[in-house]
Amino acid sequence: MKARLGEVDASMRQPAMLFLVSAVFWLLAGSAFAIMAAIKSTNPDFLGLSEWLTFGRVRTAHLNAMIFGWGNNVIFAVAPWIMGRLCKARIRHTNILLAAGIFWNIAVTVGIFGILRGDMVGVEWLEMPAYITPLVIITYALIGVWVVIAFRWRQSEHVYVSQWYILAAFFWLPWLYTIAQIMLIFEPATGVVQSLTNWWFAHNVLGLWLTPIAIATAYYLIPKVLGRPIHSYYLSVVGFWALALFYNWAGVHHLIGGPVPAWVISAGTVASVMMVIPVIVTAINHHLTVVGSHKDGWASPTIRFVMFGAINYTVVSLFGSAMALRHVNEVTHFTHFTVGHAHHGVYAFFTMIMFGAVYYMMPRLLFREWRNPFLIRVHWWMCGLGILLMVISLQIGGWIQGLEMNALDADGVPVHTFIQVVENTKPWLWLRSLSGLMLLVGHIAFAINVFWMIFSPKTEGQVTQPTLLTPTTEET
Amino acid sequence: MKSLPLIFLGVFFTLAFSWTGIVLTSHLQMKDLTPVTAELVDKDDKPVGGGNFLVNGVTIKNTDGMTAYPLRPVGEAQRGKEIYEQMGCLYCHSQQVRRKGFGADFERGWGNRQSVARDYIEQDRVMLGTMRTGPDLTNVGLRYPELWQYQHIYNPQITSTGSTMPPYPFLFEVQTINELTGPSVEALELPANYHPGPGFEVIPTQRAKDLVSYLMSLNQDYELPEIKFTEE
Repeated sequence: MKARLGEVDASMRQPAMLFLVSAVFWLLAGSAFAIMAAIKSTNPDFLGLSEWLTFGRVRTAHLNAMIFGWGNNVIFAVAPWIMGRLCKARIRHTNILLAAGIFWNIAVTVGIFGILRGDMVGVEWLEMPAYITPLVIITYALIGVWVVIAFRWRQSEHVYVSQWYILAAFFWLPWLYTIAQIMLIFEPATGVVQSLTNWWFAHNVLGLWLTPIAIATAYYLIPKVLGRPIHSYYLSVVGFWALALFYNWAGVHHLIGGPVPAWVISAGTVASVMMVIPVIVTAINHHLTVVGSHKDGWASPTIRFVMFGAINYTVVSLFGSAMALRHVNEVTHFTHFTVGHAHHGVYAFFTMIMFGAVYYMMPRLLFREWRNPFLIRVHWWMCGLGILLMVISLQIGGWIQGLEMNALDADGVPVHTFIQVVENTKPWLWLRSLSGLMLLVGHIAFAINVFWMIFSPKTEGQVTQPTLLTPTTEET
Repeated sequence: MKSLPLIFLGVFFTLAFSWTGIVLTSHLQMKDLTPVTAELVDKDDKPVGGGNFLVNGVTIKNTDGMTAYPLRPVGEAQRGKEIYEQMGCLYCHSQQVRRKGFGADFERGWGNRQSVARDYIEQDRVMLGTMRTGPDLTNVGLRYPELWQYQHIYNPQITSTGSTMPPYPFLFEVQTINELTGPSVEALELPANYHPGPGFEVIPTQRAKDLVSYLMSLNQDYELPEIKFTEE
């Protein structure tokens, strides 16, 4: 028997709220670590006496809190909820999700504590100590099984594009993680095979986990909020398989110029450039669905955030393809340009779409409307402008850093000493700290609104329309 | 696209494909790398390696007086790698020299040959790094003496004014100078404005010694059959 969306929402309430509240907590914790790391990168004596808060550790705590605390928690809230809604079946086994939620947050808490304590593993994106590995694998397995069960016993006639992406992502991540953990931690591969495995894993966390989930969310929410079908079914099929095929190979562009087989680098560069295909295809599908509804989109907090993310997906991906070209990479590699690019992807694309999803999801889960549109505006402007400032300052500063690092005079002597190059990045890093403060303000506004909503009475029956930020075409 | 098995097969093969290509093939390509001397060759003019090497199924001892590279880090250097990991050094420092003409690694004096895969086979945690907020650390032991390394770790401003590297005072202990035996032989020499004051001395902890040993061991100052020092 088919379930109504309201029934799905009601049965998803507990697990989704557990994950959402945890996600907001990690977002704030990750922001705090970020601010500390940002200040330290211009003022190294700041908290310099503390071993637990030395730069290498807070920076890593920041990354892990954001990716695995905020990112995974919000995904575990949003993706099963979208899957449940699209499958139109009565939701069962939410206990699986609740158990996973508890395991997961214990794992991340212990993992980040371990990083600060000094048990950090020297593999990028796998720093959380090996003693949390079983918890991580159990969590991924539980949620993956839940997603497959939901899909297998679906009641809907159609399978929507979002479901492919979610299914694929929930299969890819556990597999990636398990292989990387075996080949890097428990039975480390020899020599630079470690580095290749590292970047195969780390870039795929972005490409085969965060990206498909964010694309799935945009595919779900844009037509839903605007009330019009997605532009092209066939393009969405092409986009999905092209991403599955090419993104896999792209990660090794982090090793361009390094001591690894040249053919692997070439393959990675080709794959990175080929990523233009799924990116353009997805862009056409997302953007053409919105064309003509800009005014309605601007009024909806959900669509504002989701479209900001979708546009930035296009931009950041094209930048990424360009950065894999050897001559561009020669400048950008090893600089803050890459750091800017990472934040462009994970924040301006992924995180903004997730914010949009939360704005759509929470009123339906809790039968309450958002308490304060002003706080939504603060969140929007601070995070929207903040992340643009961050990406622009890091990428301009990083580009200059790369040029100065490589610049040689006529005699083949470096034009700038290393310390001069460092000095010249400082103003840009200050701007980065400023942008980080803006994001923090936005996150606090968001968190206040979330908790205010949770602790206020239901508004069902009193409020008849969703919170809008501007008048829509229908009202004028 | 409705079928669960079809989607699963697709996502399985795409990931398996990239793993086979990037990880497995590279592993097969590199699994037989051993430490070698630059000079020793077998009858087919192929380099032979290790303390012992096989010729027609017979194990032969390598020539005396010849060292096969890369060396395996041992003792303090091996433990220092853990300090390097725990402090997150790899987020700002790379350990790879790129070829001449790609970047300015040579001109900055970071190495006089490109790093190759064989250089890393004896390291149990390979940290090539992806960031150069600070300089590359290949050959850092050739560029600076131990005293410099200790001072730089205690507070980078001592040796490199304007550096954004964090200080690591917690790898050192400040103690009062023993009145009977006088200053410790291990006391770190420091300029006056960084010195804790008369009657005190700064002693590197074992962790600091390990870390410095590790840094001093990161040298690629040997030639390999596949890579010779670049001539000017």
